[in-house]
This record gives sequence, C-alpha cells and structure tokens, in this order.
Amino acid sequence: MRPFEYSRAGNVSEAGALAGRFIAGGTNLLDLMKLEVETPEKLVDITRLPLREIEETVDGGLRIGALVTNSDLAAEPRIRRDYEVLSRALLAGASGQLRNKATTGGNLLQRTRCSYFYETSQPCNKREPGSGCGAIGGFNRIHAILGTSEKCIATHPSDMAVAMRLLDAVVETLKADGSSREIPVGEFYRLPGETPQIESVLDQGELITAVRLPKPLQGEHRYRKVRDRASYAFALVSVAAVVRMDGGRIAEARLAFGGLAHMPWRDAAVEAALIGQAPSMALFDKAADILLAEAKGQGENDFKIPLARRTLKAVLADATKGA
Amino acid sequence: MNEHVMNQPIGETRLDRNTQGVIGKGVDRYEGKLKVSGKAPYAYEHLIGEKVAYGFVVPGPVGRAKVRSIDTSRAMAEPGVLAVVTGDGLPRSSAQPMSPAGQTMDGEIFHYNQPVALVVAESFEIARHASHLVKVDYEEIEGRYEIESRRGTGRATDAGPMAADTKRGDFEKAFAAAEVQFDQTYRTPSYHSAAMEPHTSVAKWDGDQLTVWSSCQLLETNVQQIASGVGVDVSKVRLLSPYIGGGFGSKLGIGPDAVLAALGAREAGRPVKLALTRQNVFQTTSRRGETIQRVRIGATKDGKITCFAHETETPNSEGEGFFEPSGISSVFLYAGADRLVTHRVITSDVLMCSAVRAPGEATGMLATESALDELAVRFGIDPVEFRRMNEPDKDPQQDVPFSSRKLLECIETGAKRFGWADRPKTPGSRREGEWLIGYGMASASRANSLMQSSAEIEMTPDGRATVKTAMTDIGTGTYTILQQIAAEMLGMPLDQVDVLLGDTSLPSSSGSGGSWGANSAGSSVYVAAEAVIEEFAKRLGVEADALTLKDGHAISGNRQIPFSEILNGDTIRVVGTIKPGDTSDKTNQASYGAHYAEVAVNATTGETRVRRLLTVGAAGRILNEKTATSQCYGGQIWGIGYALEEDLVVDARNGLIVNHDLAEYHVPVHADVPKLDVVLLEERDRHASPLAGKGIGELAIAGVGAAINNAIYNATGARIREYPVTMDKLLPHLPEDVGAAA
Ligand SMILES: Cc1cc2nc3c(=O)[nH]c(=O)nc-3n(C[C@H](O)[C@H](O)[C@H](O)COP(=O)(O)OP(=O)(O)OC[C@H]3O[C@@H](n4cnc5c(N)ncnc54)[C@H](O)[C@@H]3O)c2cc1C
Ligand code: SF4
Repeated sequence: MRPFEYSRAGNVSEAGALAGRFIAGGTNLLDLMKLEVETPEKLVDITRLPLREIEETVDGGLRIGALVTNSDLAAEPRIRRDYEVLSRALLAGASGQLRNKATTGGNLLQRTRCSYFYETSQPCNKREPGSGCGAIGGFNRIHAILGTSEKCIATHPSDMAVAMRLLDAVVETLKADGSSREIPVGEFYRLPGETPQIESVLDQGELITAVRLPKPLQGEHRYRKVRDRASYAFALVSVAAVVRMDGGRIAEARLAFGGLAHMPWRDAAVEAALIGQAPSMALFDKAADILLAEAKGQGENDFKIPLARRTLKAVLADATKGA
Repeated sequence: MNEHVMNQPIGETRLDRNTQGVIGKGVDRYEGKLKVSGKAPYAYEHLIGEKVAYGFVVPGPVGRAKVRSIDTSRAMAEPGVLAVVTGDGLPRSSAQPMSPAGQTMDGEIFHYNQPVALVVAESFEIARHASHLVKVDYEEIEGRYEIESRRGTGRATDAGPMAADTKRGDFEKAFAAAEVQFDQTYRTPSYHSAAMEPHTSVAKWDGDQLTVWSSCQLLETNVQQIASGVGVDVSKVRLLSPYIGGGFGSKLGIGPDAVLAALGAREAGRPVKLALTRQNVFQTTSRRGETIQRVRIGATKDGKITCFAHETETPNSEGEGFFEPSGISSVFLYAGADRLVTHRVITSDVLMCSAVRAPGEATGMLATESALDELAVRFGIDPVEFRRMNEPDKDPQQDVPFSSRKLLECIETGAKRFGWADRPKTPGSRREGEWLIGYGMASASRANSLMQSSAEIEMTPDGRATVKTAMTDIGTGTYTILQQIAAEMLGMPLDQVDVLLGDTSLPSSSGSGGSWGANSAGSSVYVAAEAVIEEFAKRLGVEADALTLKDGHAISGNRQIPFSEILNGDTIRVVGTIKPGDTSDKTNQASYGAHYAEVAVNATTGETRVRRLLTVGAAGRILNEKTATSQCYGGQIWGIGYALEEDLVVDARNGLIVNHDLAEYHVPVHADVPKLDVVLLEERDRHASPLAGKGIGELAIAGVGAAINNAIYNATGARIREYPVTMDKLLPHLPEDVGAAA
C-alpha cells in the first residue's frame, strides 16, 4: 500500500474540495490499494457524512443516501415490498459481512474482478493504459460477451447496479465546484472502448450523494444470478426482470443483465420485442436472439452465450407463468 | 528405553477395558476454550510487546527467468526499511515434506511470483509498500506451463510418496484378452490446500541460537529444513508450532516464510514477523499438480474385473521428484489378477507440487470411482452390487491379508441408511421443477501408516499427568485424543491430564500428516503410560497387570491408593516410543468407507447443488467420536469442492496462478454444504497400532467427489471426466426445453 494522506469530510459540500479519493465501506478500494492496483495519494473518508437516509420522494419513489449499506438497503421494508428486484439483487451479492460494510455509492463504483487487473506484473489497459490486455487469450471465464473492445473485455461485477439499471434509477451527485447533477444509471457507465480505465461519467472529485428510485414497478420481480457456487461468488450471468402481464399478454417488460458486459446491460429492443406478445418459448428465443446477436465469446467464457439465453428464457417463463 | 515395535498384533489393552470410560467419547476439545476466546497463540501472535520488525516477500514478476540483478536501492531508501534480503539461498517455495532442505532460487526464477527478496521494515505496511520498489532485472527463459501438450514426456521418479510403478502379472496381455474392456481418461485440475491460517513465521536470534514460531505440521523434519535454509546446525534451532490453523499438506514442509523470517531477523538484528499474504500463500508455498489419469479395466462379460491399470501423468517443477500418487488405492482396492499402476512426472515451470489433503486418493478416486460407476452402468449392474462382486479376499497385489477391511459393511450400511434402493434407475428420469435429481455412490479407502513417534508423560507429586511431545495439532483434535489416551490408560479424570505439543524441545514425534498422527503419537502416549503403570506397580510391589487404575487411584486387591501417595513426593518422567514393525509388511492396512450423494442439477443452468451426503467409515478404534466425525465432515466438504468447484488455474502462456485469492479460488461455502451425515462403524485393527486404530483424517475425502459426479450422471446422463464439474461442461448435455418446467 502506498503511503497516502487521510482526511475526513465533515460535510457534504467540502468532500469534493478535499480533492482526494473517496472511501466509503472500503471493501473494494482497500483491497486494490494493498496490491497497489490503486495508489491514491489522498483519501477522503466520507463515512461520517449524513448520507444514510432512505426517504420518500415527491413522485412516489425513494431516495437512497449514498452511504446506506447494502445490508440495510436489502432489509428496508419499502425496498422489499416495492422494489423486490433490488432487494434480491443485493442479497445475491458478496457475503453478509461485506454487505454490512458495502455502501450504495461504493457498490456502483466497484471495479472489475478481472484477475489480470489485480496482478500488477501483468498487462492491463484498465490499470495501466496502453500496456495491453492480459485477459484476452488468457483465463477469461468471468469476462464479457457484449460490448467488449480490443482493449478490454472486463465485466462490471455489481448485482445491485443491475437492478438499479432495470429500475431506471438516477444517481445524484455533487461536483467539487459545488454544482450538482443527476445521472440516470443508464448513462452512468461507459463501455471500455479505447479507454477502459474510464468506467463512469463522473468527474474528478464528484461525490455520489444519493440514488433515486422512480416510483415502484408493478409486476413480477425476479433476480436470477448464475454462479459457480451457491453463495459468495460473482455472477457469471444474472438476469433482473420485472414483467407485468395483462390479459395473457406481456404489458410491460424490463430486463437488465449482469456478468455480460462492462456495465449493467439493458437492451431496449429485447424489451420491445416482448411487449404486447403472448408468452411462448419461441418469443423468449427471439428475445434472446436480439440480446445475443452481437455476443462474442473469448474462449473460456463461450458458455456464457448459451447460458445467458437459457437463463433469460427460464426467467421469462417463470415471470409470465401466472398469466 | 520404553519402546514398542509393532511386530505383533496387539492383544487386549486398557483401552479395551475402558475402565475410566473416556476413550472414544466425543469430549470437547482440550484447547477449545482457548481457541474460541482468542487465547491460543498462533505462530504470528508471538513476541507481543517486543521490539520486532516485519517482513514482506517480493514476488518475482515472471514465470521463468535468470535474474541479472536486483535493485534494492529504492526500497532501502524508504523511511522505515531496515533491510532487503536477497541472494541465491532464498527459498523458492515450501520445502518438500520430509526432505532435508527446501530448494533455493540460485539466481533464477523457477515459477511465477517466486520469492526473490524479502523486505524488512518497522511496520508491515512499510515493508509491503517497499516490496513494490524492489526492481528485478531478468532475462526471460521460455517456460513450460502446462502438461497436456507434453504427455508422454514424464519421468519415473523414486522420490514420490509411493513407488512410481507397481506391477503384477501382465496387464497388457490380460487387457487385450478381456471380454469387456474399459478405457477412459480423467483429468483433475491443480489444487491449493487453502488452509485458513496463512503460512506465518516469527524468528528470533539469541546469539547463534535461533527460535522460530511457525505454522508447521512435521516439526522433526521442519526444524532441519530451517537449519539448512539458514545455514546453521540443527542443534541451534528451536521450532514451536503450538497451534495451527489448518495445514492440509501445505505445512508438511516449511513454507518459505520460516527461512526468510530467520534470514531477515539476522540481517535486521531484530526479531522478524512474517505473514504471507493470501496471494503469497497461493503463489509461493506448494500446490497439488493437475493429473491426467488413464484408467483401463478388463472384465468378464458378467462383470468380474480381471485386470486393472491406472496410469497417471502429473507435473512437478525442476528438481522435484514428488508426484501426486493417484494410483495409491488402485493397487489393492478391487480384484483383478493383472495390475499396473504407474506415475510419470512431467517437468513444469509452475509452483512446486506436493501433498494436499489425502495425496493420491483424493485425485485418484475421482477417476477410479467414476470408472467403476461407468462400468457398472455398462453392465447394467447396481454399482453397490458391482463392488461386492469385485471385492478381493486379500490384497490382490501382494497376496497378504488385509489387517481389517469393512468396505462392504460400509457400502451396505450406507445403502440402507441412504435409501439407495429408491434411486432413479434411469439417468435423467427424476425431475423436480427445474431440478434434475440424481443419486451416486463411491467407495473410500485411505492407506494407513504408522510412524515412529515419542512422547513423555510426567507425573507430578500431586498426581497430575502432563503429556509432552513435539507432535502438532493442526486443528484435528490431537491435543484432545492424547489427553484421552493418557487418561484412559492411567485411569485419570480428563481434567487431571495436561498436554504440551508443538515444540522441538519435547520428545520427537511423527507430526501430523497422512492421517498417521493420531495412531503414531497416540501410540507413543500408550507406551509411555504403560511405563508409568510399570513404575506404579513396582512401587506397590505388584504385577502391573494386577493393577486397575481409575479416577487417579490404583486398585489392587482390596487396596485403593491415590496416585499422590504412590508418587510420595516424586516426579516421574518416562518417555515412550512407538516404531512400525512387521505388521506393516505382513498385512495390508487401510481405512475404508462409502459415500452416498444426492444432487440436484439445474436443468437450465447446470448449477449443481448437493442435497444429501452420507459417509460411512471404518477406521479401527475411534479415539474421539466428535473429532473423528468432524474430520469426516471436513473430508465431505472438500469432496464437494473437488467435485464442483476447486480449480487452481495456471495461465498456460506465462505460468501465472490466476486465481490466487479466496474470492476467485473457490472452496465450498456454507450454502454449498447440505446437512452432512457421518456414521463410523465399530472396528479394531490390532495389526495397525497398539490403539487398534487406523487413520481417519483423510478417509472421507477419498472418493466423495466421485460419488457426487456419479450422482450428476444419474441426474443428467452426462458423464464428465474433467473435474471440477462446472456448468460450462454440463450445459451441452442439458435438456433443450428450458423453462418448460419453471
Ligand atoms: C470477496 C468479495 C466478494 C464480492 N462479491 C460481490 C458480489 O457477488 N456481487 C456484488 O455486487 N458485489 C460483490 N462484492 C463487491 C462489493 O459489493 C463492493 O466491494 C462494495 O459494494 C463496495 O462498496 P464500498 O462502500 O465498500 O466501496 P469502497 O471500497 O469504499 O469504494 C469503492 C469505490 O467507490 C468510490 N466511492 C465510494 N463511495 C463513493 C461516493 N459516495 N461517491 C463517489 N465515489 C464513491 C471509491 O472512491 C472507490 O473508488 C464483493 C466484494 C468482495 C471483496
Ligand atoms: S479485460 Fe480489461 S481489466 Fe482485464 S486485463 Fe484486459 S484490460 Fe485489464
């Protein structure tokens, strides 16, 4: 761990001005600092900031403070009742101990689990732009099949963010200069492209203060995470779904995917293909065709393509079966 | 000299009489309270409050290279850095079990992330940071990082845990003539022991005297390995390992930390504490080599095995002769007149391979117990019946009798208890919603061995006893069973007996490994206790046999004398030694068992969940039902890992161990483990040791993964011969009608 300066933000407005790297639960950042994958010169501890509230918004949604822990959020009665997909996604992530520390803001910004990113003697364009990508041609079982680039094939590992993407959550931030903005989760992340080291649209010193959920979605909520062991493993494929049926037809369908790409994946064409249709295996196959049209395996992760198809079909079958 | 050589089977002993009533009982751990209250100091937790320095290992950044130079100047310039140790004598990795010394780096990098230097600093954090400032200048050499492309190039070595080749008759001829021929190849990946406690050492010099606290399993040879590594005489070194947070084979030889801490302490002029990080543990200690195992079985058309061959290819690094002895149980487990078991070592430039949890059986039976299942299916015979049909009446390799063997009893007991009769008879035929249900079974065997071991019993005037031996307790329950043996033999309540372990200043011991610890160290306590009783009898002027001992009293005729009175103010110290003898050659000794598994395989994703797991074992006298059962639980859990999860991935391009932490190297978590069922059958093996017990620690690992894999076959109809059985391998075999059952 490289020596760093430590300061504690006393209030929200000064946090950005302290011009350092924010640390919340530390469950991701500290691990990376120990390995010197991350080497911030200055850490700004934001854990004393008053960002732990979950409050109702005027339009019937919820505002989740950036420091609300994953455990608290998953257990919150309104989340469990009205945003089941989010509660389930949170509980599918990490372990009890980690969820007690992990925060909403930190979870959104957690970094990839690519092994080559973690091993500083290996090339990695995300860690050291221009050095190459160790995972291409290497061990890439957990890597992306959608939206990859020549430079990077990493996935975003969060479960929570997948549900947030489905819910069209909005990230509220405060910039170092004191201005604030709102960024829909759908515009928050970036594909690797030529610059895999840039993962979100946040600016230097921009603090996430809250994540806002629009009003609840009616319908069946599902979060299905497929992984190599029953718990405490990252998603190989995950599917978040909210489906509302009406008269035997799919009235509304939202789908978001984890484990497939550099960001939580959502494809409007997949959802459009389902709406107004009567559920059938042929229909679900068509949805999977659209989702996976551009999918590209890297060898070790080729199985994710059929796995994503099968999981999507099973989730849709399950979510529409009551109709 | 109180010595017992195991030349004859043991007769009835005080353990059989069970007068005190403590042997075999599932009493709580002797050191349990200390452990759960954080008061049992592990290696790293010594020298609290002393002025110490901290070490951090610098890993080599490449798979295979000659080191031109190592620039330590930037690290040395860092405030707080006390020393950077480099040199040809640095250990490459762990030492091979029972070897005189570990291998040294000699100016080269032999595997990715090999230690190339040690930074010693005022704090762990400074040392860690400075480790990044050490720059290695090297010339890369082309390395060999996988064995698949180099099959057939292996060498037969004589430094393995068994003979490289075991032959009987003419297998090739018998196989060619066999009515039914079975020929399949199985693969197991590389594994890491993944013990909870990382390898750690604390080293302190007093003049030329070195004291090392380290996490070690076999102190007798470990202290020698430290002495060689540091370049001093063994008489100058004292090694202590009072508590060990799991070894699983990886602490049979010293870790690189032991020598590095001592070298660092010498250079820094201060005691040094060195804890390997989890990544270091994966990269710099030892691993189990991946295996490619060809199993050929010839049989008559009605299902009698006539010949059996098991040929294993596995890697090890330059200069290492150890091989994963996958064929160890194939030598004797099933009938067949013509037999062939071979092992070939393919040299590779990856971390050295050594013992991990039941070397041999753990990997070999993943293959052979799947093969038996495949054959049974081919014959249309119940796998249970198939094993009964091929039960040998004596060791089919050496023609000697089995010392004791309850394989069939284990299989039959298990079948009944598990409800084997209700299994789906056709693969893929039982479905519950999205889940495909299957049952599988497998045999278990684990070769037994007795090792020389000594223990002292000290009786103090107050009538208390202390057992002292350089034996280790790696979390298995050794403290407790030694206490029980002494208490039963001497007729004392448990709380009157103390146990001191893990210190080379105590009588030398077998140490813990290969499931021999309980019988070897336990027998030495038996021998010492016999000598104490002899002394009591002498003092009382009676024959030892005439003495009944109970509750701290000697009972002879109508006399009942408290031990304190017999001791009459004296302290008695006797050392007992057990040595293996003729019974090891005249009989084939092994523990046996059977596993039954029920699995559910998700028809959509191929995720497998073990629903039920039963192990029935017979391992001679069980010394403590609770700790023995716990050992079996551990074996079952590792078996789930072998079947479904564990896989140490080496990047074939550069030799990097890719998944070098416990987030990415998967071992089972709670959610993977169903309620476990273990049954231990009554057995006494009078050839095995004076305790009439056999090894149990690793028995339950043997074969359990195959039982799970056989259940996966039964659930899906897919036979996967490459472990672990992960979803990517199952997906192509799963039903097309995804979602239909959802
Ligand atoms: C072994 C292991 C297994 C895991 N398994 C899973 C899993 O299965 N699924 C899953 O989803 N996650 C998993 N996680 C990841 C875990 O969810 C994240 O580590 C956690 O959510 C990060 O939150 P944190 O508060 O600890 O973030 P920190 O580590 O404190 O910070 C992470 C990043 O976010 C930035 N940051 C934090 N808060 C803010 C803010 N308010 N504004 C701006 N920037 C901020 C930090 O600067 C840093 O870059 C696992 C982690 C581990 C270690
Ligand atoms: S996939 Fe991305 S994170 Fe992984 S090595 Fe390549 S560039 Fe780095």
